[in-house]
Amino acid sequence: MSEKVLMKGNEALAEAAIIAGCRFFFGYPITPQTEVAAYMSKMLPKVGGTFLQAESEISAINMIYGASSAGFRCMTSSSSPGISLKSEGISYLAGSDLPAVICNVQRGSPGLGGIQPSQADYWQATRSAGHGDFHIMVFAPSTVQEMVDLIIRAFDRSDKYRVPAMMFADGMLGQMMEPVVLPEGKDIKTYDKPWATNGHKNKRPHNVTNSLYLDPYLLEKTIRERFARYDIIKEKEQLAEDYMTEDADIVVVAYGASSRVCRSAIVAARAEGIKAGMVRPMTLWPFPERAVRKAAETAKAFLSVEMSMGQMVDDVKLAIDCRRPVYFYGRTGGVVPTPGEVLEQIKAINGGLK
Amino acid sequence: MSKDLTLLLAGFGGQGLLFAGKVAAYAGLIDGREISWLPSYGPEMRGGTANCSVTISDSPIGSPLILNPNALIVMNLPSYDKYIGSAAPGATAIVDSSMIDRKTGRHDISVFYVPGTRLAEEGGMKGLANMILLGKLLKETGFTSFESMDKALVKCVSAKHADLLEQNRKAVKTGFEY
Repeated sequence: MSEKVLMKGNEALAEAAIIAGCRFFFGYPITPQTEVAAYMSKMLPKVGGTFLQAESEISAINMIYGASSAGFRCMTSSSSPGISLKSEGISYLAGSDLPAVICNVQRGSPGLGGIQPSQADYWQATRSAGHGDFHIMVFAPSTVQEMVDLIIRAFDRSDKYRVPAMMFADGMLGQMMEPVVLPEGKDIKTYDKPWATNGHKNKRPHNVTNSLYLDPYLLEKTIRERFARYDIIKEKEQLAEDYMTEDADIVVVAYGASSRVCRSAIVAARAEGIKAGMVRPMTLWPFPERAVRKAAETAKAFLSVEMSMGQMVDDVKLAIDCRRPVYFYGRTGGVVPTPGEVLEQIKAINGGLK
Repeated sequence: MSKDLTLLLAGFGGQGLLFAGKVAAYAGLIDGREISWLPSYGPEMRGGTANCSVTISDSPIGSPLILNPNALIVMNLPSYDKYIGSAAPGATAIVDSSMIDRKTGRHDISVFYVPGTRLAEEGGMKGLANMILLGKLLKETGFTSFESMDKALVKCVSAKHADLLEQNRKAVKTGFEY
C-alpha cells in the first residue's frame, strides 16, 4: 500500500485524474476549484499530457468534445457559474455519446453568488445539465480519499457507458486537506474506442462524432438507445453508504460536505439515545433508490440535509413513494450547517414535534 | 486513546498560520490518527484575517469546521476579539502578546501569552512566530510528541528550502521552552 499523504481535495482530485489516464485538461480559473487547474498545468506536461487554459468555459468544454472524440481521457473543471456556461457543451457530449469527466466544485449561487461551499446545483447536475433528453452520471465524494476513488470510477464508467460523468464536490471538499492514499494505477482499465475519430489510415470507414439528426425518427431512435443504457446504469451503478441505519428510527439522507456534518450530529444523537442513522448517496444520478428504500423498512421518518433550499429531498420522497414523512433542513448561499443545528432537527423529529 | 484536538489558528494572511496548521496535522498523521485541515479561503486571505481549522481525532472526522476549539492560536487583534470567546471551556489558548496587548477575563480556559513575533525577530527567526506559538501549544497540550512534530517539519518544509528546516526546529524549541 502506498504511503498516506496530506493533500488538498482539489489537488488529490487532479492527481487521481492523471492516475486514471486523463491526458487532456481544458479549463478556465474560478474559485474554489482553481487548484485543480493549477495542479494540472504543473503535472500534465510531465506525463506527456496537455494542459490548456481556454479563453472561456464554453471553449474549454468544446475542447473536451474534440479530445474525447479523438478517444482520449479528458477532463474539465469549474465551479457553479462556470458549469452553467458549459451546459451547452455537456448536452453536445451526451448527444454524441462521448465520455468525459466534468468537475463541479460548487459555490454559493445563483448568479455569480459567492465563493463559499454549496450544494445548490443538485437539480442542474441530476436533472438538467443541458438542454434535451439526457443524463450524466453524478458522483458525490465526501472525503479527500473519495475525491480520488470516485474520480477514477468516473473515468472508468464514463468510458464504459459512453456517458459524461460529473464529479460533484464543493468548496469545503476542494479546499480541505486530509490523509489520502493514491493508488498506483496498475488496475486502471482502458476501453477500446472503435468509434474514435483518430484517423482511419484507409483501413476503416470514416468515424463521425455528431449530435445533429434532422430525421426525428432517427433522433428518437438514438435517444431510446441511450436510455436503454441509462436503465443499465440505474440498475448497476447506484452507490451509497449506510451509516447506523440497521435500527434507525430517523434516517438522515445527506451527501458530500453536509453528510460530514450529519455524521457528527448522528454520533451526538446516538449519545442521547436517539436511534439516528444516515444513507449517504455517493452517486446522485443514478440516485441510490435501493438504499433509501431499504432504510424505509425500519425508519419512521427521513431528514434530507442539504446546502441548498431543498433539492435532493424530492428524490428521497420519490424513492420511497412518500411512504414515510420526509423532512428537510438546509442552509444556503455558502453557509455550512452545524452539527448542532442538525441535531436539533433530529431531536424535534424524534420528539414528534414536527 | 487521546483526547481530540480541535485547533483553530487565526491571524493575518502571511503569518504562516495555514503552514503551522499543516505541521500540526502532519504530526497527527504520523501518530496514526485521523486528521482534517480546513482553511478559510477568500479575499480576506490577502492581508486580512486568515484562519484554519485542524482536527486530530481517533475516530473518523465529521464536520471539519471548528466552531468551539479546544486549542487556539491567535496572532492578531481582530482574530483575538473574534475567537477568544468561542473557545470551549477547558481550552488552551496561545496568544501572540507582541501583537495583542489584551488579556482575557475568562477563567475557564488556560491562556498563555507568548511574545512570538518579538522572540522570532530577536532570535533571528523572522517570520517564524507561528512555529514558536505551535511549540508552546505542544508543550501545554502534549497533542503530539516532540519527535512526531519534528518528523512533520521534515515533511512540510520542502526540500527546496532545506535551510529553513533548522530555523523551524529552533522556533518550535523556543516556544516549547518558553
